[in-house]
Amino acid sequence: MDIFLQQLINGITLGSVYAVVALGYTMVYGIIQLINFAHGEVVMIGAMVALTVIGLLAPLGFPPMLVVLIGTLCAMLVCVATAWSMEKLAYRPLRHAPRLAPLITAIGVSIILQHVAMLVWSRNVLAFPQIIHTVSYSVGGAQITNIQIAIVLLSVVLMASLSLLVYRTRLGTAMRATAQNAHVAALMGVDVDRVISMTFLIGAFLAAMAGVMVGSYYGVAQYTMGSMLGLKAFSAAVLGGIGHLPGAMLGGLVLGVVEALGAGYIGELTDLCHLQALSERLAERCAADGHLVLFGSNYQDVFAFIVLIVVLIVRPQGLLGERTGERA
Amino acid sequence: MSRLSMRLVAMVLLAVLAACGEQKKPEPVKAAAPAVLEVRIGHVAPMTGQIAHLGKDNENGAQLAIAQANAAGIKIGGQDVRFILLSEDDQADPKVGTTVAQKLVDAKVAGVVGHLNSGTSIPASEIYSNGNIPVISGSATNPKLTEQGFKTQFRVVGRDDQQGPAIAQYLVDTRKPKVVAIIDDATAYGEGLANEVEKTLKAANVKVLPREKGTDKTTDWKAVLTKIKGKKPDAVFYGGMDATGGPLLKQARELGIKAVFAFGDGSCTAEMAKLAGAAAEGLLCSQAGIPVEAADAKFLAAYKAKFDNVEPILYSPFTYDATQLLIAAMQKADSADPAKYLPILAGISHRGATGTIAFDEKGDRKDAEMTIFTLQAGKITALAVIKSGQTIPIAEFVKMAAPAPESTPAPSTAAPEVNKK
Repeated sequence: MDIFLQQLINGITLGSVYAVVALGYTMVYGIIQLINFAHGEVVMIGAMVALTVIGLLAPLGFPPMLVVLIGTLCAMLVCVATAWSMEKLAYRPLRHAPRLAPLITAIGVSIILQHVAMLVWSRNVLAFPQIIHTVSYSVGGAQITNIQIAIVLLSVVLMASLSLLVYRTRLGTAMRATAQNAHVAALMGVDVDRVISMTFLIGAFLAAMAGVMVGSYYGVAQYTMGSMLGLKAFSAAVLGGIGHLPGAMLGGLVLGVVEALGAGYIGELTDLCHLQALSERLAERCAADGHLVLFGSNYQDVFAFIVLIVVLIVRPQGLLGERTGERA
Repeated sequence: MSRLSMRLVAMVLLAVLAACGEQKKPEPVKAAAPAVLEVRIGHVAPMTGQIAHLGKDNENGAQLAIAQANAAGIKIGGQDVRFILLSEDDQADPKVGTTVAQKLVDAKVAGVVGHLNSGTSIPASEIYSNGNIPVISGSATNPKLTEQGFKTQFRVVGRDDQQGPAIAQYLVDTRKPKVVAIIDDATAYGEGLANEVEKTLKAANVKVLPREKGTDKTTDWKAVLTKIKGKKPDAVFYGGMDATGGPLLKQARELGIKAVFAFGDGSCTAEMAKLAGAAAEGLLCSQAGIPVEAADAKFLAAYKAKFDNVEPILYSPFTYDATQLLIAAMQKADSADPAKYLPILAGISHRGATGTIAFDEKGDRKDAEMTIFTLQAGKITALAVIKSGQTIPIAEFVKMAAPAPESTPAPSTAAPEVNKK
């Protein structure tokens, strides 16, 4: 049972990060129907900037929390600047182009960002400075670290503040109006360009936070870390219903838990020795080896995409999404 | 009159030109004949990607040997030789590995040092064999490499079926585990090494849990480790590189796994202390060959002098020796033609930075040493050397090895002259 609890804790931590990143995908999609494939790279840039700044400040003897705070602030600044220029230079000129054009541009931007990061931070796996001492707490036989608690709490705070922003402020109202119909919103006096820019900036702000979370959780960062994370978060957004904020949060959590439990139990579930009563030859091999595992935990990454495919087949609009005729 | 004079002038000019031509022509021929014979040696390792730091270290080793050979003024077939290193990046990717191997064969290099990884060395070895180009790896440890029967394939480092048993035996002898979990990264290297460890452990009646796997890019090991934690192993072995081994170790300690961790040579680097932080403390790991600090002192000094005080990391003494072996064999055969020097290389005995090297009939190094390390205070520290099945504590081994380099300068071929520089 403690093993199950531990896998659940791992999954919720992972899922919180996915949820925060998925929000960036889903917000942009909700407003301009663009799947911003470069969003994962913004997360990576956030992690890299934080790593560099923390690495520079750590030896100077400031309190660790302050150093991490400054690192995160710098990461946010750089991410926001990146997202702003990305929107201005790559997506805005294509706003009225056929939908495929900005999609391919997004893939291009992602490749450019990845390679710029490679030139700046080298191709090596970099160690994320561990300046906050990791403390493990024991809960019902499972271990939870202070970093994990911080990640989950921070994600909840971020998601709550985003909901407040979208449903309780003028900017949020303008965002929802633009999402429903940009032309009509413009006629009502909403500055659509500004709203779209703000959407990208909020997404980048969340991405920077996610980058710092991932970096400090795993203790490593590399220029390629954004692509797989981005794909998973995108899957989470689709799972919850793309364009739907609570959907992205739910999708992220579900995906994280499915992945952790899947990787944890696939070996036992696909152990052919459960079937040894059926075949003598199987029984012989099991007697010799004990286990005949069909799929190992290296199939962990596959789960996100199996979930994505199943959802697209069974419920194309996602868990919480509404069926709309024209989108997607 | 004027026409005649013109003709005369023209004829004189022609004559002069012709004379000039005649005089000039032989000169470049004369200069070319004794001039420099360019011998190109290939080097392949990942210069980019997760283990680029190890690739650069390998390249530095080869670069140093080449620079020293050039400074020593070696002659082959009466000609001065200039050795040139053609360095290629295989990105640790088997597909790229075969492409660059073909590129080197097409460029007609005289020999190749590399590749770093077993996964790229094995498919590339056939290409070198078809091109009849000798290739010496300083770091590929998968047994399969030299089991394919290619006459051109050599290695100066030990094999996983020597390394795996060494670390497993050390673990059994010193830590006496009852249950051991084994994880690998599903690469030719990681899986091969893990298999050898498993064999030895089973032979010693240690219970081995079902194999867990990641990939060579995995950073999230929590699910695997949580599963392992439930089975309460006394020791965990991981076959993989430091880029994935670091996060693995860190996450294991966060989950409260108290077991002893033992890794193979790919994770036996100083990087581990950075990647895993405090969690790396007490890690046991093995390297095929001898620790860098037990390499020839002259090599260490020359390496640091050449590369601005950069410390050799892992395999550079081996690629240094591999390069020297190629050059020494060419010198002995008095030819840089692979067909001529290959038989000499196969039968050579050479004293290099990692000790005396001779090859068996498969192209493996005879009587290769294995070293067991531990991570102490952020540094990889050698514990013991395992040679011919015997465990020798490191202090004794260094004592045994120390007087040898002093006595060698005279008999060996290129090394002593080179080292004087």
